[in-house]
Amino acid sequence: MSVLVFADSSEGKFKKTAFEVVSYGKKVAEQQGSDMLVLTINGGDASELYAYGAEKVIEVKNDLPSFNAKAYAAVIKQVVEAKAANTVIIDSSIDGFTVAPLVAVAIEAGYASNVVDLPSSTSPFIVKRKAFSNKGFNNTEISTGNKVVGVAKNSYGAHENVVSGSVESFDATLPDLGVKSESISKATGVVSIADADIVVSAGRGMKGPENWGMIEELASVLGAATACSKPVSDLGWRPHGEHVGQTGKPVASNLYIAIGISGAIQHLAGVNASKVKVVINSDPDAPFFKAADYGIVGDAFEVVPQLIEKLKAFKQA
Amino acid sequence: MKILVCISHVPDTTSKINFTDNNTKFDTNGVQYVINPYDEFSLTRAMWFKEKQGASVTVVNVGDASTEPTLRKALAIGADNAVRVNVAPTDGLMVAKELAEVVKNGGYDLVLAGKESADYNGQMVPGMLASLVDFNFVNACVGLEVDGTAVTLDREIDGGEEKVSSVLPMVVAGQKGMVEEKDLRIPNMRGIMMARKKPLSVVEPIGAATSTATKDFEKPAEKGAIKLVDNVDALIDLLHNEAKAI
Ligand SMILES: Cc1cc2nc3c(=O)[nH]c(=O)nc-3n(C[C@H](O)[C@H](O)[C@H](O)COP(=O)(O)OP(=O)(O)OC[C@H]3O[C@@H](n4cnc5c(N)ncnc54)[C@H](O)[C@@H]3O)c2cc1C
Repeated sequence: MSVLVFADSSEGKFKKTAFEVVSYGKKVAEQQGSDMLVLTINGGDASELYAYGAEKVIEVKNDLPSFNAKAYAAVIKQVVEAKAANTVIIDSSIDGFTVAPLVAVAIEAGYASNVVDLPSSTSPFIVKRKAFSNKGFNNTEISTGNKVVGVAKNSYGAHENVVSGSVESFDATLPDLGVKSESISKATGVVSIADADIVVSAGRGMKGPENWGMIEELASVLGAATACSKPVSDLGWRPHGEHVGQTGKPVASNLYIAIGISGAIQHLAGVNASKVKVVINSDPDAPFFKAADYGIVGDAFEVVPQLIEKLKAFKQA
Repeated sequence: MKILVCISHVPDTTSKINFTDNNTKFDTNGVQYVINPYDEFSLTRAMWFKEKQGASVTVVNVGDASTEPTLRKALAIGADNAVRVNVAPTDGLMVAKELAEVVKNGGYDLVLAGKESADYNGQMVPGMLASLVDFNFVNACVGLEVDGTAVTLDREIDGGEEKVSSVLPMVVAGQKGMVEEKDLRIPNMRGIMMARKKPLSVVEPIGAATSTATKDFEKPAEKGAIKLVDNVDALIDLLHNEAKAI
């Protein structure tokens, strides 16, 4: 019986979420009184994982050009069987969400996704997960012997815990891939909403796309990703990939700054999982003021430039 | 092409979420049910195939009789027929197994679903279904074309998009971007009238076992009142010293 953590990577670099799941897996292994194995597929430098408590890293190297759900699920299954693992922990990157259900079927496991905390009990195995678009939680019992746990982004966090680890290489057989990667396009030089610790988001209150310069500048001072409300992307002021909310992207950042966004329920559904929410809005009755932690009632065109200047000074101090 | 679209019956996005029976049951009181918003993208794409390339479109839901109005709505939007698997869903794997039976018996080429349902947000049924019936699978799809049996897709990845190719039969989990939002369909009067006459067959479940169970629910902790400040210095101070967010 052991815990197998899948540490996902992209282009040979571990994703930030990989460190979260390793931290989480370490604790679950302790709770179960078992050991933890960390699996990487064409991953990064294993010593980065040692920093989060990974003593045993299983490396699979092959010539897969990029993520492939079927192949990754097959590799995970082979490692589960070879190492007699019973609990598989997977992150909440899009790839994590894609491969986890395949793994669950392959190893006949119950799967709980969007898990926000350590198991409250490991026998029976009960975890707390987000549901109803962040308007509730459900405590789920996984009743099967094998289990798959998907850990929600930024919920448990990455916890440094330096150990001296070792690497074992593992030969896995790949199935027919079924789906072939043709090309990948990634925005370079910008922080993606999924990875960002801080998100600066703006709404229709910005009046037009020509006013986004200060939003981008604020984001760059903070090392943040930029985002927007739905009407803003519908109007074509910003790309669709930036639309946050029920029908757009979910945000689980540490800090979410909402500028000129009213805070309609559909928008809030996508930002509830963020830890600290700040709202800047000229309308004191905007619903966002009920959902946020900090706020300034004021005109964005006055507040944001001041915020940029003061933050620059703050960063330099 | 025979298309099956999986339709999840979920509370409308504006619904108040409450629990009853000592927080063990979802309170359906006053809740308006709709076609899962993610499924709408897939259903609309299916309509496009039907109209542009010729395809038959079946919609399916695993649920008790209370979900029929949602299936009728999908018929009113233009699906040809509907199937309801007569069992209240309890977990993702059980739903996937019931759907797999429908897929195996129906000879479908393309199964479309939404990447998650807006109630339990599991993000698991489409992938599990694909594995169970051994179809190719693409998740978080934002673009889908079919030419004969060749399929080209765009899928969202963290920080970008990936173009992939595959072949039918496939399960594809769609999301916003798969079709333009302005193209999403609302049933019109004629559609609603026609939907009444379209076949909605009820099949009995195979009795798939569940692998997870909800013990109880919780609501998010009540939020403390917002701290309003009137200048950016105070805001920066709070964010740094109190919230430790910068
Ligand atoms: C089924 C459905 C799904 C939806 N999904 C989403 C979703 O995923 N995401 C989403 O965002 N929306 C979604 N919506 C839309 C949502 O209901 C709101 O319409 C939307 O969030 C409003 O965007 P907004 O706040 O930018 O615009 P507005 O409602 O126009 O609000 C603009 C805000 O800016 C403020 N403002 C104006 N000028 C200034 C200024 N100079 N300085 C400071 N503040 C100013 C105003 O006071 C106002 O509060 C959905 C709607 C439906 C029906």
